[in-house]
Amino acid sequence: MSQAPANPPSAKKAAGGRKLELPEELKVYKGVWVIVEQERGKVHTVSYELLGEARKLADKLGVEVGAVVLGAPGPFINEISGEAISYGADVVYTVLDPVLAEYRTEPYSKVMTDVVNTFKPEIVLLGASTLGRDLAGAIATTLLTGLTADCTELDISPENRSLAATRPTFGGTLLCTIQTLAYRPQMATIRPRVMQMPEKDLTRTGRIVEVTPNLAEEVFVTKVLDFIPDRDQQEAQLAFADIIIGGGKGLQKPENFKLIWDLAEVLGAEVGASRPCVQAGWVSGDRQIGQTGKTIRPKLYIAAGISGAIQHRVGCENSDVILAINSDPNAPIFDFAHHGIVGDALQILPALTEQFRQRRLVNRKAS
Amino acid sequence: MHIVVCIKQVPDSAQIRIHPVTNTIMRQGVPAIINPYDLFSLEEALRLKDRFGGRVTVLTMGPPMAEASLRKALSFGATHAVLLTDRKFAGSDTLATSYALTSAIRKLHEEEPVDMVFCGKQTIDGDTAQVGPGIATRMNMQQLTYVAKIEDVNLESREITVHRRSEGGVQVLKSQLPAMITMLEGSNTMRFGTMDDMFRAARTPLMNWNKDTCVDDESKVGLKGSPTVVSKVFVPKPRAQKAKMVTAEGGSPALAAAAVDMLFTTYPKLATDLAG
Repeated sequence: MSQAPANPPSAKKAAGGRKLELPEELKVYKGVWVIVEQERGKVHTVSYELLGEARKLADKLGVEVGAVVLGAPGPFINEISGEAISYGADVVYTVLDPVLAEYRTEPYSKVMTDVVNTFKPEIVLLGASTLGRDLAGAIATTLLTGLTADCTELDISPENRSLAATRPTFGGTLLCTIQTLAYRPQMATIRPRVMQMPEKDLTRTGRIVEVTPNLAEEVFVTKVLDFIPDRDQQEAQLAFADIIIGGGKGLQKPENFKLIWDLAEVLGAEVGASRPCVQAGWVSGDRQIGQTGKTIRPKLYIAAGISGAIQHRVGCENSDVILAINSDPNAPIFDFAHHGIVGDALQILPALTEQFRQRRLVNRKAS
Repeated sequence: MHIVVCIKQVPDSAQIRIHPVTNTIMRQGVPAIINPYDLFSLEEALRLKDRFGGRVTVLTMGPPMAEASLRKALSFGATHAVLLTDRKFAGSDTLATSYALTSAIRKLHEEEPVDMVFCGKQTIDGDTAQVGPGIATRMNMQQLTYVAKIEDVNLESREITVHRRSEGGVQVLKSQLPAMITMLEGSNTMRFGTMDDMFRAARTPLMNWNKDTCVDDESKVGLKGSPTVVSKVFVPKPRAQKAKMVTAEGGSPALAAAAVDMLFTTYPKLATDLAG
């Protein structure tokens, strides 16, 4: 996806006392780490997605993949360590202490900073979740190193072996590649579902390194009084839906979103929307597809009246099949959709609903 | 009580366009607004001021034109405003930005001790959510992000209880001031400023600060102080093949029929999935 840079950083700009070479003493930093997000015994799937990605990066560098599992001691820690190995880790660092039972910024960032300073990984990856973002910002500031948020693509730069982290920028109108050249570790957060879930390999083996953090509860100010779980099914389950129908501002009025819901009902699909629709309050925030919303990977994504700005594109381009409906034949969505219909979504949507309804009946009878 | 609210002036991202030939951003004529996420934090700060009295200082780092955002914040009810501007700050990444802002907050703290710092959850142009945690870490304040609700503040015991959004639920956290808080979108609704506040906003002198006012170490701001390097900015390539267009004579019903035919022939599995 690379092409000539739009704004090549000039040599002059890059100079001016700026460090762009890795100092000799930082060359001992080796290995690609993933901080495994574990809350109440449940691992966030983004951590496994990142282990798959870390494996690819580590293989390019010829180094090991490390997984860091933090939490209170408990029977599920062994299980999580095993999973981490089968998803690609060579070493699992378990950091266990009752103080770490629930996520809190202060003890987690203290422990992570210590562990990074001890084992010196060159790359540290976290999910761009509420935990990952909260923790990454704190750790990177303590370690005074570079952190790139919400990456959509990771690679190793062949010239200097550093992490090339690509993310949307300027509100999702352009992509940029960011590198941390002279500092270690190089840190990045990645949104859930952006990276592919790796195949689980139960034959893989790895080492477990137990780290004893020696924490005293008294020194930590913030206490967790309670955890109130969300009621099930309250949130739209876009990230794991097989078929998604998305609507954009091309639908003109909030009432017209009903056409999206109708089609979704026939297909048993989830409903998504572009950012402008969410900002205008047409649909709730948990249905937003894109850089600042959900990343989706359905078998079929039908996008109606969505122009396809980059911030939307990065949230949906991993769909198996994208069918776009837009009245503008030059809309950017046709640059990455697999199939397109040029036409008025308000006309096409009900026609599609009717077609699928009929075919479905026919198929049902046939089978 | 002294609350500092960090805000950022951002281009209204809905209106950014890319030049079709040069692939560069066309900034001309794009209206500048207060980062929408900052407004939830500003409103929460104003509510605390309504309850406890005291001072709400809005702080922004940016070009001189960011004054407009500070005036807007004053018109909502903020009492003081600091504009932190210096060419040396240009090119700051989140680490350098949190250093510069922290320097300004420390100076404000000398004037009057700061009890709370509010930041936006993230910005709509950078979307990093890193500056708030950066400030909390540097100030050694308690870090309370993604706050859905401030349940209680007790100025005597200096305790604060908040509901924090986390994966799959809400954490109820009890913490201590000073704290850095980012509010979740939708946690409140920004008020309309009163007529008095609007007049006051126009009259209030801004504190115009630069690196010499508050920054101790110049090497920690701007490009020099930024560990991250933007190595490439680009427009993503279209897929190798453009979308195959569905065509048919006979209007929408015919187009829809052709589209469904196409989907079923190209992806036979889809038909079976649907029947199931």
